[in-house]
Amino acid sequence: MKMDLIQPFINAADAVLSQGLSGTTKVGNLSMEEDGYRRKGVAGMVALTGDIEGRIILDLEPQTALRVASHYAGAELPESDGLIKETIFELANQVVGNAVCTLNDQGFHFRVHPPVLLASEEGDKTSEDVEALMICFETSMGNVYMNVALRHNKRRMSDHAKVGA
Amino acid sequence: MEKFAPVTRSEDGQPVRYLIVDDSVFARKNLARMVETFGGQVIGEAGDGISAISEYERLTPDIVLMDITMPQMEGIEAAEKIVQAHPEARVVMVSSVGYQENIVAALQRGARHFVQKPVKPEVLYEVIKYVLGEDGAVTTAAGAGV
Repeated sequence: MKMDLIQPFINAADAVLSQGLSGTTKVGNLSMEEDGYRRKGVAGMVALTGDIEGRIILDLEPQTALRVASHYAGAELPESDGLIKETIFELANQVVGNAVCTLNDQGFHFRVHPPVLLASEEGDKTSEDVEALMICFETSMGNVYMNVALRHNKRRMSDHAKVGA
Repeated sequence: MEKFAPVTRSEDGQPVRYLIVDDSVFARKNLARMVETFGGQVIGEAGDGISAISEYERLTPDIVLMDITMPQMEGIEAAEKIVQAHPEARVVMVSSVGYQENIVAALQRGARHFVQKPVKPEVLYEVIKYVLGEDGAVTTAAGAGV
């Protein structure tokens, strides 16, 4: 997977988390995911279609998700509160939205789909041409995990090349 | 959250009345808390473009804060329909998908401004003052409108 696709998402997550959580964020471990995705807690997934296809998952351990959602809500939330899911969705939207802006400036066009909650413990194994990269962001409220699996849409890219030729 | 000098309606000194449109409850609450620190009053919320239009008709707010990506009807289309029916409507788009095409489309179809998420309160505050223009007044500590 090309880092030029991934870097805008890392930069966006770093910016969104630093601003939203009012503290510094450190990019921790990066690892390739060769097996299926294993959910850690509350996980929101945003799918992209267009010149680049794939998905981004933002995943927080339950206690981290609770702390983050309570921080945004300005009050302690109960563990079952629906705002926890909403908070993770909105964070995922903001990360993807900001990254997509950068990629759009580079000429890529997408459709961003609404976030969905990952409910199963394990996801499907990514296909051979969609390797997934897992990035851990260390924040004052706990670790935030971002899983990025993207690939160029070869058909769309060749269409653009024909138009440009 | 930071406090700002209250922005009021210059015609009657009353709080600026907001309609907040976003499919995320979290985003609506976040924006509501923010505009309240500006001295504003949230008079309505909507979770999609169709509800936004009906809520605008019912409430005629001073400012609409409108997300773009929403179910049923997206924000740019809803903004266009509101402005077609009410040319005086002040619609500010608030979205994380702030690339050039979206911004241009929103402004061409009637939005007055665009704010990128995550929203910085100081940015939204300045946009609100700009969009209100002479219809808004910043109340100083001494209580005099500026």
